[in-house]
Amino acid sequence: MATKAFQKIYTKITAITKATITLKADGVGYDELATVNGRLAQVVKMMRDDVTLQVFGGTDGIPTNAEVTFLGKSPTLKVSDQLAGRFFNAFGDPIDGGPAIEGSEVAIGGPSVNPVRRKQPSELIATGIAGIDLNNTLVSGQKIPFFADPDQPFNQVMANVALRAKADKIILGGMGLTNDDYLYFRNVFENAGALNRIISFVNTTENPPVERLLVPDMSLTAAEYFAVEKNENVLVLLTDMTLYADALSIVSNRMDQIPSKDSMPGSLYSDLAKIYEKAVQFPEGGSITIIAVTTLAGGDITHAIPDNTGYITEGQLFLRKDSDIGKVIVDPFRSLSRLKQLVAGKKTREDHPPVMNTAVRLFADAANAKTKMENGFDLSDYDERTLAFAKEYSNDLLAIDVNINTTEMLDKGWDLFGRHFTKDEVAIKQEMVDKYWPKA
Amino acid sequence: MSTKGIVRGIIANLVIVEADGPVSQNEICYLHTGGTKLMAEVIKVTGKDAYVQVFESTRGLKINDTVIFDGHMLEVTLGPGILSRNYDGLQNDLDKMDGVFLQRGDYTYPLDNDKLWDFKPLAKVGDSVQAASWLGEVDENGQPHKIMVPFVMEESYTVKTLVAAGQYRIHDTIAEVEDGQGKMHTITMVQKWPVKKAIKAYKEKPRPFKLLETGVRIIDTINPIVEGGTGFIPGPFGTGKTVLQHAISKQAEADIVIIAACGERANEVVEIFTEFPELDDPHTGRKLMERTTIIANTSNMPVASREASVYTAMTIGEYYRSQGLRVLLMADSTSRWAQALREMSNRLEELPGQDAFPMDLSAIIANFYARAGYVYLNSGDVGSITFIGTVSPAGGNLKEPVTESTKKAARCFYALQQSRADSKRYPAVNPIDSYSKYLEYPEFESYIQDRIGDGWIPMINEVKIILQRGLEVSEQINILGDDGVPVDYHVTFMKSEMIDFVILQQDAFDAIDMMTPIQRQEYMLNKVMDIVHTDFKFDSFTEVSVYFKRLINVMRQMNYSEFESDKFKNFEKELSDLIAERAVS
Ligand SMILES: Nc1ncnc2c1ncn2[C@@H]1O[C@H](COP(=O)(O)OP(=O)(O)OP(=O)(O)O)[C@@H](O)[C@H]1O
Ligand SMILES: [Mg+2]
Repeated sequence: MATKAFQKIYTKITAITKATITLKADGVGYDELATVNGRLAQVVKMMRDDVTLQVFGGTDGIPTNAEVTFLGKSPTLKVSDQLAGRFFNAFGDPIDGGPAIEGSEVAIGGPSVNPVRRKQPSELIATGIAGIDLNNTLVSGQKIPFFADPDQPFNQVMANVALRAKADKIILGGMGLTNDDYLYFRNVFENAGALNRIISFVNTTENPPVERLLVPDMSLTAAEYFAVEKNENVLVLLTDMTLYADALSIVSNRMDQIPSKDSMPGSLYSDLAKIYEKAVQFPEGGSITIIAVTTLAGGDITHAIPDNTGYITEGQLFLRKDSDIGKVIVDPFRSLSRLKQLVAGKKTREDHPPVMNTAVRLFADAANAKTKMENGFDLSDYDERTLAFAKEYSNDLLAIDVNINTTEMLDKGWDLFGRHFTKDEVAIKQEMVDKYWPKA
Repeated sequence: MSTKGIVRGIIANLVIVEADGPVSQNEICYLHTGGTKLMAEVIKVTGKDAYVQVFESTRGLKINDTVIFDGHMLEVTLGPGILSRNYDGLQNDLDKMDGVFLQRGDYTYPLDNDKLWDFKPLAKVGDSVQAASWLGEVDENGQPHKIMVPFVMEESYTVKTLVAAGQYRIHDTIAEVEDGQGKMHTITMVQKWPVKKAIKAYKEKPRPFKLLETGVRIIDTINPIVEGGTGFIPGPFGTGKTVLQHAISKQAEADIVIIAACGERANEVVEIFTEFPELDDPHTGRKLMERTTIIANTSNMPVASREASVYTAMTIGEYYRSQGLRVLLMADSTSRWAQALREMSNRLEELPGQDAFPMDLSAIIANFYARAGYVYLNSGDVGSITFIGTVSPAGGNLKEPVTESTKKAARCFYALQQSRADSKRYPAVNPIDSYSKYLEYPEFESYIQDRIGDGWIPMINEVKIILQRGLEVSEQINILGDDGVPVDYHVTFMKSEMIDFVILQQDAFDAIDMMTPIQRQEYMLNKVMDIVHTDFKFDSFTEVSVYFKRLINVMRQMNYSEFESDKFKNFEKELSDLIAERAVS
């Protein structure tokens, strides 16, 4: 981001903390960008003529006589079709060696969509993963995170989802991504021949953490360009939002804000909601779907970050390792897509809702049988059958390596019912049983 | 001359303004920056400095920008035409705004200036009137909308002129009244009122006592709410707060429904916009949207106006209550409102209370809930505001300030339970911990005796005991194993399961089951309790659950069938045959 020549240069910093500096300046606007010895910074507080700036790159080595120049604008991104296929850093500068983008410059973190102008989401997103398509169907315009421990392969699942989703554009917002993961995404997209549909804004672990704060807004500004101007269906991948929230807490704690639960800023809910609520179905046909990753510490979803996220997003996808089959599955109990009822059985075969519910119910029966077994009680014949069912269900449908279409998933479901249970035990509406129960 | 000021400090949406004259607490002001006006509210004054919370993003605002104080507090505009509208938290009409995105500083008028209303006078010249007296009425979506003496007129007046029946616009003069000093006042169909002040233009607020039918069994039967009552629904994310509130707002026997979407998802509001214009009001047959007003201040809209939104909704409710109507007010979620207060209090560097919420959180919540209620108007008519708020406790833990403060203020407690939601036992209201204080009101007891019968409340109490007993027994079975307890225990457990499956659980997405009128609730509860009181013969525990599951299945089919239809009666017959199979007389 180039500085403009006519601007005044300040050289007297009056206070420095780990993430902020304060100086006397005038004519500055709130949220305005500045450079501090070349590092990008943003106004976070103004009191009389004292201006406090948050320095994205951190303040290490910043002297009190550093050169501070205000840029006269809040953070912006140049948007145009040239964005497609390009890789950028958190500031929107190319990191792929390609030329700078030409286009109209728009402020990131722009206004919200008027709720009365939104359309109800109704387009199914097929991923081939039955743990998602069958039990937690995704809909375009939805916002949903993966809740996963850091050792789960969430980035792989997300990359698969992105490639199969038939989105016009895929925007990757990487926050605190390891360089390996960043290269992984690049390779996967490249091998799939999808690079021209991808746009990335990446902050890796090698970059200062505070820079991450710009990544979601950069990604979503690009998304809005394609969804609004081009009526495209845009899928935005944000990983890892826990590291984003950590960066928020670094900044707010250094500004002496009173932390609320888990040392997170009191505004965490609003901060996250501003990002996730950018997911939308526009009336003209474009849409923004957000799939995020929120890593957990020891599976704890009551921590402030996943907790606030759960209150904002339209469900969550929970990954866990199923020790019975030795694979990672999409946990059918703790996962939820709140928009699935808008498409299940409507855009998919009519038996979708009952097959989904019944299979999960029987899987729950298996979990009870397992507890019973572990507590040393005798198992009934029904218990034994639920356990056998559970193993196959987990392996053939819940595992994340499954890749089949929804109709195949439903047929598989009926096949499992037919082999392990009686019609009474399955207790699905008679018309459906008559139509879909496997012929002997 | 209005007070002016200049911007001295900015921290996010908290702005410090040095004023050149008097300012009052909660006064509205406008910050002029780069050609737009940003609305703000004074929340603290020290010396010349007014601390204002801005209802918009402060991006680009500068030190020394001009501020103009407005001379009054945050107000809503009250008049015919509020119904069916979609407002933001400050009562801007969202449909009147241009473009897909909300523009900062775009304030739109909440009513329609040009629409002609069919006015019918109710008072006459010479009448003595006071604030909230009904001068006439117009038809608003099929309901009478009273044109009243404005609430701010605190004396008593004599009607000097009153227009004849005919068509008028909202700003036309409807009446002229004279006060005690001989001064004339002009009255139109529109008035304004500051949202943070309760409208008290009524005679008396007795304890509420009349059942408010919601069609939701776990509420009406188990823990009823009353017209003018208060209740709250706390629950972890995804346990069904919003679905339950939407069900209540679709079905409840109310004249006016106001839904405040306070800091929640925009898509949930879209669902209302999309569905309510299509759905019928089960009580009048008109479209649901015709009796509904939505205050949408979703989570991505400015935080300060999120706080205002609940007050805007309550004030509109009070306006309709003064017209002798039954108002149902819903706020989803009051935790977001509390968080808005917390964000501000933190920026003001106030001494924090528990979890960094402001110290006076309890008082703020209590004051708000106190504005609901059943009232006798000065005319002798009655009106009510029933208020139900959701609470989103951090980490799902009910021992947090918002839940605890609300528990002190609200009379009904509908606690949503994670484990019930996980096992899809919807609505996931915990039947043991939840309560309705109204069950203890003698006024309610005598009302329900007249409406349903003497035995009703004792029967509800019995139901609760059985549910409690069922829970205890199931814990013992888990410890001792199925055959480690007497067969009787299994019977007790399955009887409580039967109450759970047939009465408590209700499918919010099934066209028939979603709404159960109270007579039907009574009928089914009697059926279930007859079975509870029947002795059955079982040889082993394995028979118990098989048998009760059959009973439950048949009764659930009854729930899914139209009441007293042939289908319903066939299942009923099937049920009596089933009972006869095992009952010991
Ligand atoms: N009565 C019900 N019948 C059937 N499904 C329900 C019912 N209540 C809730 N659900 C299911 O649970 C999901 C979540 O419900 P809801 O959105 O009401 O939760 P919530 O408590 O409002 O969550 P949040 O606090 O995150 O807003 C719904 O999308 C629906 O799938
Ligand atoms: Mg909700």
